[in-house]
Amino acid sequence: MICSLRKSALDNTKNIMQNNLNFETIQLGDSIPELVKAPITRTQLALFAGASGDHNPIHLDDAEAQAGGLSGVIAHGMLNMAFLAQVLTEWLPQTAVRSFKSRFAAMAYPGDIITCKGVVSGKINESGENLLHLDLLAENQNGEVLLKGSATVALHT
Amino acid sequence: MDYKKYINKTYEPFTIEVEKGRLRAFAGAIGEQDPIFSDESSAKAAGYTSIPAPLTFAFSITMDAGQSFNALEDMGIQKTKAVHGEQGFKYYKAICAGDVVTGQQKITDIYEKKGGALLFIVMEISLSNQLNELVCELQSTIVVRNT
Repeated sequence: MICSLRKSALDNTKNIMQNNLNFETIQLGDSIPELVKAPITRTQLALFAGASGDHNPIHLDDAEAQAGGLSGVIAHGMLNMAFLAQVLTEWLPQTAVRSFKSRFAAMAYPGDIITCKGVVSGKINESGENLLHLDLLAENQNGEVLLKGSATVALHT
Repeated sequence: MDYKKYINKTYEPFTIEVEKGRLRAFAGAIGEQDPIFSDESSAKAAGYTSIPAPLTFAFSITMDAGQSFNALEDMGIQKTKAVHGEQGFKYYKAICAGDVVTGQQKITDIYEKKGGALLFIVMEISLSNQLNELVCELQSTIVVRNT
């Protein structure tokens, strides 16, 4: 894992969990492996518009975005959230995810590099399942928080 | 304007078929490289009935069903004044290619902040598959400026 110089609420954690997950030894504050996405491209926004069904021109056409008071096209909030979901599914099978939510705090633009992070914020056993609560965030290359989220995942070990 | 009267408003049910090519395109657009999201045999080997929908795809199902703006239209609010404030998902079962998903939207809360400068509209949609199994619940919060 690359050490980050950026300030965030999720820094200063003790351990980074890898694949040998054990519910008993995981501690609050442990972080999951970071995910650094490739820079967002305009082509990606066009492909995501088609694939997601969100054809709002503020994601595709600078003139339309500027007419709406933006400096230029912005990424779909749900594209950023799809990236944040991948920090979970790069780490665990998707079927382990019980819930996932996020608040949209800031916008992303073409060229931005999004980093997604997660930290264990709770451990409970419910109906015989070992569940972890995670605090999640997505930030851009300047350390600006774009998404603040959380998730509950089930561990089978 | 009294928007509170829209709380508990329920919309007509909708049905959407989940298409394999669409899921591949979605996975490609988000840079998802796990083969279960593009190759059906990998998906089946991982225990899915076909290619699974990535975690946030359920929101696209609701967009396809035209559920994103119906509350705003009802309330006479311009789309350009609204932003997606928060999105949540609860997962019960995988959504896979070939599934026929039925859902229904309900406005569950409406409240103001900053002395009415911001209006929050909370909507929930539950999605079930063709076997009548609950697969996903979505909660969306829309924030409207200058109401």
